[in-house]
Amino acid sequence: MQLTVSQLSHSYANVQVLKDISFTIADGEIACLLGPSGSGKTTILRCVAGFERPSQGVISSDNEIITSQTIHVPPAKRNVGMIFQDYALLPHLSVEKNVAFGLHQLSRTEKTKKVQEVLEVVGLEKLSKQYPHQLSGGQQQRVALARAIAPNPRLILMDEPFSNLDVSLRNRLGQEIKQILKHYDITALMVTHDQHEAFAFADSIGVIKDGELQQWDTAYNLYHKPDNRFVANFIGQGAFLDGKVGSDGKVQIELGGLDGQILQSLEPLQNVDVLLRPDDVIHDDDSPVTAKVIHKAFRGADILYTLALDSGTRVLSLVPSHHNHAIGEAIGIRLEVDHVVAFTK
Amino acid sequence: MQAQMTLSSKKTSRISRSFLNWRLVVLGLLCLVMLLPVFTVFQQALLAPSDLNAHLNEYVLPRVLFNTIVLVVSVTLLSTILGLAAAWCVSMYEFPGRRFFSWALLLPLAIPGYVMAFVMLGVFDFAGPVQNFLRNVFGSSAWFPNIRSGLGAVLALSLCLYPYVYLITRGAFAQQGKRALEVAQSLGHSPRRAIFSLALPLARPWIMAGMLLVMMETLADFGTVAIFNFDTFTTAIYHTWFGMGSLPSALRLAAWLMLFVIVVLLIESRGRQQRYTSMGDALSNSRESLSKPKSFLCTGFCGILFGFAFLIPIVQLLIWFIEHIELAFSSRYLEFFSNTLLLASLGSVLIALLAVVVIALQHALRTRNKEKQISFLSKLLSRLMTMGYAVPGTVLAIGLFVPLVWLSKFLVTMFGVSQLLLAGGLFALLLGYTIRFFAVAFRPVDSQMQRLSSHFEEVSESLGVVGIKKWQQVILPLLRPGILTALALVFVDIMKEMPLTLMTRPFGWDTLAVQIFELTSEGEWSMAAVPAIAIVLVGLLPVYLLNNQREKTLKS
Repeated sequence: MQLTVSQLSHSYANVQVLKDISFTIADGEIACLLGPSGSGKTTILRCVAGFERPSQGVISSDNEIITSQTIHVPPAKRNVGMIFQDYALLPHLSVEKNVAFGLHQLSRTEKTKKVQEVLEVVGLEKLSKQYPHQLSGGQQQRVALARAIAPNPRLILMDEPFSNLDVSLRNRLGQEIKQILKHYDITALMVTHDQHEAFAFADSIGVIKDGELQQWDTAYNLYHKPDNRFVANFIGQGAFLDGKVGSDGKVQIELGGLDGQILQSLEPLQNVDVLLRPDDVIHDDDSPVTAKVIHKAFRGADILYTLALDSGTRVLSLVPSHHNHAIGEAIGIRLEVDHVVAFTK
Repeated sequence: MQAQMTLSSKKTSRISRSFLNWRLVVLGLLCLVMLLPVFTVFQQALLAPSDLNAHLNEYVLPRVLFNTIVLVVSVTLLSTILGLAAAWCVSMYEFPGRRFFSWALLLPLAIPGYVMAFVMLGVFDFAGPVQNFLRNVFGSSAWFPNIRSGLGAVLALSLCLYPYVYLITRGAFAQQGKRALEVAQSLGHSPRRAIFSLALPLARPWIMAGMLLVMMETLADFGTVAIFNFDTFTTAIYHTWFGMGSLPSALRLAAWLMLFVIVVLLIESRGRQQRYTSMGDALSNSRESLSKPKSFLCTGFCGILFGFAFLIPIVQLLIWFIEHIELAFSSRYLEFFSNTLLLASLGSVLIALLAVVVIALQHALRTRNKEKQISFLSKLLSRLMTMGYAVPGTVLAIGLFVPLVWLSKFLVTMFGVSQLLLAGGLFALLLGYTIRFFAVAFRPVDSQMQRLSSHFEEVSESLGVVGIKKWQQVILPLLRPGILTALALVFVDIMKEMPLTLMTRPFGWDTLAVQIFELTSEGEWSMAAVPAIAIVLVGLLPVYLLNNQREKTLKS
């Protein structure tokens, strides 16, 4: 199902929580809304689910309007599955009854068949008679997923679905759920504040801040081609350096001219802030340019060095782990910038 | 796909429309019915001419006013001291038997005041075992205070009501923990000074809440004072109405009593707003171990309190019960018993059902309407509905009698139904129970409802389970613990209820409580033990629930 949200705005008691949000999720795509807490991302989800009526805007599925000023299809008729942060499993029902909860239109035999099928898909067929309180967090999450996909929804909405799980389980379950969604060809929209979760899970990501959509893009583009300073800061790590646009249009910083593709439109002779990602700064023993190690964070396969240039400006550099340098040591660096991210001052 | 057209009218017209909302109207009507007795009492007291005004003003009112005030003040003070001291001991100190007393000191909640009263009379009266023993030892000149007086009533009521103060302040002390005392001591207060400079002031709102509960119960008490022949408003209302046959004078007395109740209610609603937040972790509360003599003092105090408030009465009841065990199986008693069970089950089911309906209405109003006024209004209405618990049974009986007589007369003339007597029937009794005990059922169900995550409902709606089905399959099962608590509490309260049942019951519908009233008015203490044992046994159920609840909250 293709989901289109256009010019969505919403206020609670005179406080505007959403401003003019528009995006489209293609059929079968997995999308994610990413933003700090209180940014309004959950409100978008609730508007799509139909629990909230927005003050303005249109939401349509496959070009059929489900929310507008005059139309409000109730949640029960939207054929949308919902997974909550707390899973909201019904504590008085067994696993299979929970999964069968949305299958009230099916006959008894169809119901049992369907329940069995989805429980097998999520790997819980052995626990069908158990009750929610007897399950681990990961198992509860799987039941919530099974219950949501059982009625064959065209869209699944997930509100911080992994935040109650520990990190290793989070990654594994994320991948598994992604495969299940792709298998059933279900469109999905997830809300999270964790960018690693979003990167691992989603085909496309919308970054939200203060109720406004900052950028809707792939993970790669959010990292390497951020549209604005907020996205540049919020996604990944990096350092801003003073730069100046030369008369040839090239951006100059204290480490020299940058050759990469310039994304923003810049006027010659403008002063700019240039974003250097840790992977833009390469450690090279042969390089004539050196920088001093100020701080190092060991991460296993690699080390994230914080380096001070001669001027005192700091940059980050991601270096394979076997280049182990002491704090205070000067090491050679060179730049490898494919995309020049520069914002006018 | 079904699309719903919405009302795109202006905001103002939406509000005026929603005030005509049928749910709000139903809530409003229910509320009116619940408050009907209070309205009636005041309206009649102010407007109806009283035939016995002079007699009332000269003889009854001054004595009753004085007695009621003395009773309320002394019972409140004594039960506060007892409850507070017991709560302090079990939450602050470690002493032999502490774990046992911690829950056992709640047990007297199961003994209604009137049972405590006749047991006390039986044990301590002139002909009782204690005075007999004293006379045998010291001769016939041995002095003993006259127990059949205000003193006896104060003692009996205090022993029954201190658990309210105990329960509430024990919770407060547990929440406060030792942290408060440690802070005070680190700032240079001696441990003893810290109690008065910090711990007690911090617990003050809870102590107040307990005291107000005791006041309310004392004002409403009928059975205890009746047994001690100590005339207060409740017994005066009964005697004036049933003895002297003067309904208008009884109504005036009822209005006086309601004034007292309203004052207590007003103080209570003010006190509700000033509870402090807790200091530190409740579980970090470690108890001080005491020196031998001091811990002996604690054990002794708790032991004596437990002995007088529970052990002695129970033992005495059991002795009497065994003496008259053949009574328990007589057909008369089986009838009292089945009457009581029938009334209590009918009433508790009815009242719990009403509580669920009111909560459903309120919930629908809150979720369907965005306007603040609507949800405020529905909240106010349901809060008013819970006020019925404050109306003493005697006031309720008389306040329902008047409008029901009027209603049955109206129905008789309108529809020509003959012999339709709503006022003295099962209908009136159940209505009275509903008004008095609605709050008892409402609170546990409501608190369960408020703890439910809205996600349950949203999941249910997103899976296409809506409306009545959503209530059947999701909300009601989740509310079950609250509903069961409501059923149990109301059941026991109806079983214990005396004045309303006594004054409103249909002819021939004697219950256990009514039987106790009749036997004790004839001085048959030992025979009254038979119905009393049944009431006390069933009354242990809510005490068990209270203790269970506390352990659950401590664990979670």
